[in-house]
Amino acid sequence: MSLMQEFTKGIIKENPLFRLVLGTCPALAVTTSVENGLGMGAAFTGVLLASNIAISLMRSIIPASVRIPAYVVIIASFVTMTDQLMHAFTPSLYKALGIFIPLIVVNCIILGRAEAFASRNSVLPSIMDALGMGLGFTIALGLVSAFREVLGAGSFLGIQILPESIPAILMILPPGGFITLGCLLALLNKLQKKYAW
Amino acid sequence: MQEYLIIIVSAVLINNIVLSQFLGICPFLGVSKKLSSSLGMGGAVSFVLVLSGAITWVVRHYILVPFDIGYMQTVAFILIIASLVQFVEMVMRKFTPPLYKALGIYLPLITTNCAVLGVAIINVQKDFSFGKAMTHSLAHSAGFTLALVLMSGIRERMEDADIPESMQGTPIALVIAALMSISFLGFSGLI
Repeated sequence: MSLMQEFTKGIIKENPLFRLVLGTCPALAVTTSVENGLGMGAAFTGVLLASNIAISLMRSIIPASVRIPAYVVIIASFVTMTDQLMHAFTPSLYKALGIFIPLIVVNCIILGRAEAFASRNSVLPSIMDALGMGLGFTIALGLVSAFREVLGAGSFLGIQILPESIPAILMILPPGGFITLGCLLALLNKLQKKYAW
Repeated sequence: MQEYLIIIVSAVLINNIVLSQFLGICPFLGVSKKLSSSLGMGGAVSFVLVLSGAITWVVRHYILVPFDIGYMQTVAFILIIASLVQFVEMVMRKFTPPLYKALGIYLPLITTNCAVLGVAIINVQKDFSFGKAMTHSLAHSAGFTLALVLMSGIRERMEDADIPESMQGTPIALVIAALMSISFLGFSGLI
Protein backbone atom coordinates (compact mmCIF):
# COMPACT_ATOMS: atom_id res chain seq x y z
CA MET A 1 0.00 0.00 0.00
CA SER A 2 1.30 3.43 -0.83
CA LEU A 3 1.92 6.06 1.84
CA MET A 4 -1.05 8.07 0.62
CA GLN A 5 -3.36 5.09 1.13
CA GLU A 6 -2.02 4.58 4.65
CA PHE A 7 -3.02 8.17 5.31
CA THR A 8 -6.48 8.18 3.73
CA LYS A 9 -7.68 4.82 5.06
CA GLY A 10 -8.11 6.24 8.58
CA ILE A 11 -10.38 9.03 7.41
CA ILE A 12 -13.26 7.14 5.80
CA LYS A 13 -12.72 3.44 5.19
CA GLU A 14 -11.35 2.60 8.64
CA ASN A 15 -12.51 5.66 10.55
CA PRO A 16 -11.78 4.68 14.17
CA LEU A 17 -14.99 6.08 15.61
CA PHE A 18 -17.55 5.59 12.85
CA ARG A 19 -16.38 2.36 11.21
CA LEU A 20 -14.51 0.53 13.98
CA VAL A 21 -16.53 2.03 16.90
CA LEU A 22 -13.44 2.47 19.08
CA GLY A 23 -12.75 5.33 21.47
CA THR A 24 -16.41 5.91 22.23
CA CYS A 25 -15.83 7.16 25.79
CA PRO A 26 -14.06 10.45 24.88
CA ALA A 27 -16.26 10.77 21.77
CA LEU A 28 -19.35 10.96 23.96
CA ALA A 29 -17.94 12.84 26.93
CA VAL A 30 -16.01 15.78 25.49
CA THR A 31 -18.17 16.57 22.45
CA THR A 32 -20.37 19.11 24.22
CA SER A 33 -18.80 21.89 22.12
CA VAL A 34 -16.87 21.95 18.85
CA GLU A 35 -13.87 23.55 20.57
CA ASN A 36 -13.59 20.72 23.11
CA GLY A 37 -14.10 18.07 20.44
CA LEU A 38 -11.35 19.44 18.19
CA GLY A 39 -9.04 19.99 21.20
CA MET A 40 -9.48 16.38 22.23
CA GLY A 41 -8.84 15.29 18.63
CA ALA A 42 -5.60 17.29 18.54
CA ALA A 43 -4.36 15.89 21.88
CA PHE A 44 -5.26 12.39 20.73
CA THR A 45 -3.47 12.82 17.38
CA GLY A 46 -0.34 14.08 19.15
CA VAL A 47 -0.17 11.08 21.46
CA LEU A 48 -0.93 8.63 18.64
CA LEU A 49 1.76 10.14 16.40
CA ALA A 50 4.42 10.09 19.13
CA SER A 51 3.60 6.58 20.30
CA ASN A 52 3.45 5.21 16.74
CA ILE A 53 6.89 6.67 15.98
CA ALA A 54 8.43 5.41 19.23
CA ILE A 55 6.95 1.93 18.95
CA SER A 56 7.88 1.63 15.29
CA LEU A 57 11.49 2.59 16.09
CA MET A 58 11.68 0.11 18.96
CA ARG A 59 9.79 -2.71 17.32
CA SER A 60 12.86 -4.94 16.96
CA ILE A 61 14.04 -4.34 20.56
CA ILE A 62 10.81 -5.07 22.44
CA PRO A 63 10.43 -8.82 23.15
CA ALA A 64 7.09 -10.18 21.95
CA SER A 65 6.10 -11.59 25.33
CA VAL A 66 6.14 -8.23 27.16
CA ARG A 67 5.08 -6.05 24.27
CA ILE A 68 1.69 -4.98 25.66
CA PRO A 69 3.07 -3.65 28.99
CA ALA A 70 5.89 -1.97 27.05
CA TYR A 71 3.41 -0.26 24.71
CA VAL A 72 1.27 0.84 27.65
CA VAL A 73 4.26 2.45 29.38
CA ILE A 74 5.32 4.24 26.19
CA ILE A 75 1.79 5.53 25.60
CA ALA A 76 1.38 6.56 29.25
CA SER A 77 4.61 8.59 29.10
CA PHE A 78 3.43 10.52 26.05
CA VAL A 79 0.02 11.07 27.63
CA THR A 80 1.71 12.49 30.75
CA MET A 81 3.73 14.90 28.56
CA THR A 82 0.59 15.99 26.69
CA ASP A 83 -1.20 16.43 30.01
CA GLN A 84 1.56 18.67 31.39
CA LEU A 85 1.86 20.68 28.15
CA MET A 86 -1.89 21.30 27.97
CA HIS A 87 -1.95 22.25 31.64
CA ALA A 88 0.69 24.89 30.93
CA PHE A 89 -0.38 26.27 27.55
CA THR A 90 -4.14 25.70 27.17
CA PRO A 91 -5.48 25.89 30.75
CA SER A 92 -9.13 26.42 29.79
CA LEU A 93 -9.17 23.46 27.40
CA TYR A 94 -7.31 21.42 30.03
CA LYS A 95 -10.07 22.18 32.52
CA ALA A 96 -12.87 21.38 30.05
CA LEU A 97 -11.40 18.02 29.02
CA GLY A 98 -10.43 17.21 32.61
CA ILE A 99 -10.17 13.52 33.38
CA PHE A 100 -10.33 12.55 29.71
CA ILE A 101 -6.76 13.69 29.00
CA PRO A 102 -5.13 11.07 31.29
CA LEU A 103 -7.74 8.61 30.01
CA ILE A 104 -6.20 8.79 26.51
CA VAL A 105 -3.93 6.04 27.92
CA VAL A 106 -6.75 3.51 27.85
CA ASN A 107 -8.09 4.65 24.49
CA CYS A 108 -8.30 1.39 22.54
CA ILE A 109 -7.42 3.09 19.23
CA ILE A 110 -3.87 3.97 20.30
CA LEU A 111 -3.03 0.53 21.69
CA GLY A 112 -4.79 -1.00 18.69
CA ARG A 113 -2.67 0.96 16.19
CA ALA A 114 0.49 0.11 18.14
CA GLU A 115 -0.31 -3.59 18.05
CA ALA A 116 -1.78 -3.79 14.56
CA PHE A 117 0.36 -1.30 12.66
CA ALA A 118 3.37 0.38 14.29
CA SER A 119 4.85 -2.88 15.59
CA ARG A 120 4.94 -4.30 12.06
CA ASN A 121 5.86 -1.32 9.90
CA SER A 122 8.74 1.12 9.54
CA VAL A 123 8.61 4.71 10.73
CA LEU A 124 7.30 6.51 7.66
CA PRO A 125 4.17 4.38 7.12
CA SER A 126 3.55 4.52 10.90
CA ILE A 127 3.60 8.31 10.80
CA MET A 128 1.14 8.36 7.90
CA ASP A 129 -1.06 5.83 9.68
CA ALA A 130 -1.07 7.91 12.88
CA LEU A 131 -1.84 11.14 11.01
CA GLY A 132 -4.69 9.52 9.06
CA MET A 133 -6.24 7.84 12.11
CA GLY A 134 -5.80 11.01 14.16
CA LEU A 135 -7.42 13.15 11.48
CA GLY A 136 -10.23 10.61 11.07
CA PHE A 137 -10.92 10.65 14.80
CA THR A 138 -10.73 14.45 14.96
CA ILE A 139 -13.19 14.81 12.07
CA ALA A 140 -15.53 12.33 13.77
CA LEU A 141 -15.34 14.24 17.07
CA GLY A 142 -15.87 17.52 15.23
CA LEU A 143 -18.96 16.14 13.49
CA VAL A 144 -20.53 14.78 16.70
CA SER A 145 -19.76 17.97 18.61
CA ALA A 146 -21.06 20.20 15.80
CA PHE A 147 -24.48 18.49 15.98
CA ARG A 148 -24.53 18.67 19.77
CA GLU A 149 -23.40 22.28 20.05
CA VAL A 150 -25.76 23.59 17.36
CA LEU A 151 -28.79 21.67 18.65
CA GLY A 152 -28.01 21.97 22.35
CA ALA A 153 -26.57 25.43 22.77
CA GLY A 154 -27.54 27.04 19.45
CA SER A 155 -23.97 28.07 18.78
CA PHE A 156 -21.03 26.94 16.64
CA LEU A 157 -17.49 27.40 17.97
CA GLY A 158 -18.98 29.72 20.58
CA ILE A 159 -20.79 31.97 18.07
CA GLN A 160 -24.55 32.13 18.61
CA ILE A 161 -26.33 31.08 15.39
CA LEU A 162 -29.81 30.09 16.62
CA PRO A 163 -32.18 32.26 18.68
CA GLU A 164 -32.08 31.35 22.35
CA SER A 165 -35.54 29.81 22.44
CA ILE A 166 -34.77 27.02 19.95
CA PRO A 167 -31.91 24.92 21.44
CA ALA A 168 -32.75 21.73 23.37
CA ILE A 169 -30.43 21.60 26.37
CA LEU A 170 -30.81 17.82 26.37
CA MET A 171 -28.36 17.59 23.48
CA ILE A 172 -25.43 18.80 25.58
CA LEU A 173 -26.47 16.64 28.52
CA PRO A 174 -25.28 12.99 28.52
CA PRO A 175 -28.32 11.55 26.62
CA GLY A 176 -27.62 13.90 23.69
CA GLY A 177 -24.22 12.27 23.20
CA PHE A 178 -25.69 8.79 22.95
CA ILE A 179 -28.48 9.87 20.58
CA THR A 180 -26.17 11.86 18.28
CA LEU A 181 -23.61 9.08 17.97
CA GLY A 182 -26.31 6.43 17.49
CA CYS A 183 -28.05 8.36 14.72
CA LEU A 184 -24.76 9.26 12.99
CA LEU A 185 -23.67 5.61 13.01
CA ALA A 186 -27.02 4.52 11.57
CA LEU A 187 -26.83 7.21 8.89
CA LEU A 188 -23.31 6.15 7.91
CA ASN A 189 -24.40 2.50 7.76
CA LYS A 190 -27.17 3.52 5.39
CA LEU A 191 -24.84 5.61 3.19
CA GLN A 192 -22.29 2.81 3.14
CA LYS A 193 -24.90 0.33 1.91
CA LYS A 194 -26.06 2.72 -0.77
CA TYR A 195 -22.70 3.74 -2.17
CA ALA A 196 -20.75 0.59 -1.18
CA TRP A 197 -17.52 2.15 0.14
CA MET B 1 -22.30 8.66 57.94
CA GLN B 2 -24.37 11.07 55.89
CA GLU B 3 -21.35 11.95 53.74
CA TYR B 4 -20.87 8.30 52.85
CA LEU B 5 -24.54 7.93 51.97
CA ILE B 6 -24.32 10.94 49.67
CA ILE B 7 -21.26 9.47 47.95
CA ILE B 8 -23.09 6.19 47.38
CA VAL B 9 -26.34 7.66 46.06
CA SER B 10 -24.52 10.13 43.86
CA ALA B 11 -22.18 7.50 42.37
CA VAL B 12 -24.80 4.82 41.72
CA LEU B 13 -27.72 6.89 40.50
CA ILE B 14 -26.94 10.54 39.82
CA ASN B 15 -23.45 10.37 38.34
CA ASN B 16 -23.78 6.83 37.06
CA ILE B 17 -20.37 5.92 35.67
CA VAL B 18 -21.67 4.68 32.31
CA LEU B 19 -24.79 6.72 31.69
CA SER B 20 -23.64 10.13 32.81
CA GLN B 21 -19.83 10.04 33.03
CA PHE B 22 -19.25 8.01 29.85
CA LEU B 23 -16.66 5.70 31.35
CA GLY B 24 -16.60 2.04 30.37
CA ILE B 25 -18.73 2.43 27.25
CA CYS B 26 -16.86 -0.29 25.34
CA PRO B 27 -17.86 -3.20 27.62
CA PHE B 28 -21.26 -1.56 28.09
CA LEU B 29 -21.93 -1.87 24.35
CA GLY B 30 -19.89 -5.00 23.72
CA VAL B 31 -20.82 -7.37 26.53
CA SER B 32 -24.45 -6.42 27.12
CA LYS B 33 -26.11 -8.84 24.72
CA LYS B 34 -26.80 -11.51 27.35
CA LEU B 35 -27.80 -11.18 31.00
CA SER B 36 -25.37 -13.86 32.21
CA SER B 37 -22.31 -12.42 30.50
CA SER B 38 -23.15 -8.90 31.65
CA LEU B 39 -23.35 -10.14 35.24
CA GLY B 40 -19.93 -11.78 34.78
CA MET B 41 -18.41 -8.63 33.34
CA GLY B 42 -19.97 -6.52 36.09
CA GLY B 43 -18.51 -8.81 38.72
CA ALA B 44 -15.03 -8.85 37.19
CA VAL B 45 -14.91 -5.08 36.76
CA SER B 46 -16.21 -4.45 40.28
CA PHE B 47 -13.55 -6.72 41.72
CA VAL B 48 -10.66 -5.05 39.88
CA LEU B 49 -12.09 -1.57 40.37
CA VAL B 50 -12.32 -1.85 44.17
CA LEU B 51 -8.90 -3.51 44.48
CA SER B 52 -7.21 -0.96 42.21
CA GLY B 53 -9.02 1.87 44.03
CA ALA B 54 -7.39 0.70 47.27
CA ILE B 55 -3.91 0.14 45.83
CA THR B 56 -3.78 3.37 43.83
CA TRP B 57 -4.83 5.31 46.96
CA VAL B 58 -2.02 3.74 48.98
CA VAL B 59 0.57 4.28 46.23
CA ARG B 60 -0.54 7.87 45.74
CA HIS B 61 -0.38 8.78 49.43
CA TYR B 62 2.73 6.83 50.46
CA ILE B 63 4.90 6.94 47.32
CA LEU B 64 3.87 9.62 44.82
CA VAL B 65 3.10 12.43 47.28
CA PRO B 66 6.05 11.98 49.73
CA PHE B 67 8.56 11.80 46.85
CA ASP B 68 6.86 14.69 45.08
CA ILE B 69 6.43 12.82 41.79
CA GLY B 70 2.72 13.46 41.32
CA TYR B 71 3.24 13.88 37.57
CA MET B 72 4.00 10.14 37.33
CA GLN B 73 0.42 9.41 38.39
CA THR B 74 -0.91 8.26 35.01
CA VAL B 75 2.04 5.95 34.35
CA ALA B 76 1.96 4.52 37.88
CA PHE B 77 -1.81 3.94 37.89
CA ILE B 78 -1.96 2.21 34.52
CA LEU B 79 0.92 -0.08 35.51
CA ILE B 80 -0.82 -0.93 38.78
CA ILE B 81 -4.06 -1.73 36.98
CA ALA B 82 -2.38 -3.80 34.25
CA SER B 83 -0.37 -5.87 36.72
CA LEU B 84 -3.37 -6.20 39.03
CA VAL B 85 -5.47 -7.64 36.22
CA GLN B 86 -2.69 -10.13 35.41
CA PHE B 87 -2.36 -11.04 39.08
CA VAL B 88 -6.10 -11.51 39.60
CA GLU B 89 -6.18 -13.68 36.52
CA MET B 90 -3.39 -15.91 37.84
CA VAL B 91 -4.86 -16.22 41.34
CA MET B 92 -8.31 -17.03 39.99
CA ARG B 93 -6.97 -19.67 37.63
CA LYS B 94 -5.21 -21.36 40.54
CA PHE B 95 -7.78 -21.13 43.32
CA THR B 96 -11.23 -20.64 41.81
CA PRO B 97 -11.20 -22.34 38.38
CA PRO B 98 -15.03 -22.21 37.95
CA LEU B 99 -15.08 -18.43 38.46
CA TYR B 100 -12.05 -18.04 36.20
CA LYS B 101 -13.80 -20.00 33.50
CA ALA B 102 -16.96 -17.96 33.87
CA LEU B 103 -15.11 -14.63 33.59
CA GLY B 104 -12.42 -15.98 31.25
CA ILE B 105 -12.35 -13.66 28.27
CA TYR B 106 -13.55 -10.59 30.16
CA LEU B 107 -10.62 -10.40 32.54
CA PRO B 108 -7.84 -9.22 30.17
CA LEU B 109 -10.28 -6.70 28.66
CA ILE B 110 -10.53 -4.85 31.97
CA THR B 111 -7.07 -3.27 31.62
CA THR B 112 -8.32 -1.04 28.82
CA ASN B 113 -11.61 -0.34 30.57
CA CYS B 114 -11.54 3.38 31.25
CA ALA B 115 -13.88 2.99 34.23
CA VAL B 116 -11.11 1.49 36.35
CA LEU B 117 -8.51 4.19 35.65
CA GLY B 118 -11.24 6.84 35.65
CA VAL B 119 -12.44 6.06 39.17
CA ALA B 120 -8.85 5.96 40.46
CA ILE B 121 -8.26 9.45 39.02
CA ILE B 122 -11.57 10.83 40.37
CA ASN B 123 -10.56 9.52 43.82
CA VAL B 124 -7.42 11.63 43.56
CA GLN B 125 -9.17 14.71 42.16
CA LYS B 126 -11.75 14.76 44.94
CA ASP B 127 -9.04 14.19 47.54
CA PHE B 128 -10.96 11.41 49.31
CA SER B 129 -9.84 9.78 52.55
CA PHE B 130 -9.22 6.03 52.30
CA GLY B 131 -12.68 5.13 53.62
CA LYS B 132 -14.39 7.52 51.23
CA ALA B 133 -12.28 6.36 48.28
CA MET B 134 -13.30 2.76 48.99
CA THR B 135 -16.98 3.70 49.32
CA HIS B 136 -16.73 5.69 46.10
CA SER B 137 -15.09 2.79 44.21
CA LEU B 138 -17.64 0.30 45.54
CA ALA B 139 -20.57 2.54 44.65
CA HIS B 140 -19.25 3.14 41.13
CA SER B 141 -18.77 -0.56 40.51
CA ALA B 142 -22.34 -1.15 41.71
CA GLY B 143 -23.50 1.57 39.31
CA PHE B 144 -21.56 -0.02 36.45
CA THR B 145 -23.08 -3.45 37.12
CA LEU B 146 -26.55 -1.91 37.43
CA ALA B 147 -26.28 -0.15 34.06
CA LEU B 148 -24.88 -3.26 32.37
CA VAL B 149 -27.57 -5.57 33.75
CA LEU B 150 -30.40 -3.16 32.87
CA MET B 151 -29.00 -2.78 29.36
CA SER B 152 -28.69 -6.52 28.80
CA GLY B 153 -32.25 -7.03 30.01
CA ILE B 154 -33.49 -4.57 27.41
CA ARG B 155 -31.29 -5.98 24.66
CA GLU B 156 -32.48 -9.54 25.28
CA ARG B 157 -36.03 -8.35 24.64
CA MET B 158 -34.89 -6.43 21.55
CA GLU B 159 -33.86 -9.62 19.77
CA ASP B 160 -37.40 -10.24 18.56
CA ALA B 161 -37.98 -6.63 17.58
CA ASP B 162 -38.06 -5.53 13.98
CA ILE B 163 -35.27 -2.95 13.78
CA PRO B 164 -34.44 -1.07 10.54
CA GLU B 165 -31.40 -2.60 8.93
CA SER B 166 -29.05 0.32 9.31
CA MET B 167 -29.98 0.77 13.00
CA GLN B 168 -29.10 -2.80 13.97
CA GLY B 169 -26.28 -3.45 16.43
CA THR B 170 -24.43 -0.50 17.91
CA PRO B 171 -26.69 2.37 16.72
CA ILE B 172 -29.82 1.00 18.39
CA ALA B 173 -27.77 0.16 21.51
CA LEU B 174 -26.67 3.80 21.71
CA VAL B 175 -30.24 5.03 21.34
CA ILE B 176 -31.35 2.67 24.14
CA ALA B 177 -28.49 4.01 26.24
CA ALA B 178 -29.72 7.54 25.55
CA LEU B 179 -33.22 6.66 26.79
CA MET B 180 -31.75 5.02 29.91
CA SER B 181 -29.60 8.06 30.44
CA ILE B 182 -32.66 10.33 30.24
CA SER B 183 -34.40 8.28 32.90
CA PHE B 184 -31.30 8.45 35.10
CA LEU B 185 -31.35 12.25 34.71
CA GLY B 186 -34.53 12.07 36.78
CA PHE B 187 -32.42 11.14 39.82
CA SER B 188 -30.47 14.38 39.65
CA GLY B 189 -32.84 16.15 42.06
CA LEU B 190 -32.28 13.49 44.70
CA ILE B 191 -29.57 15.30 46.65
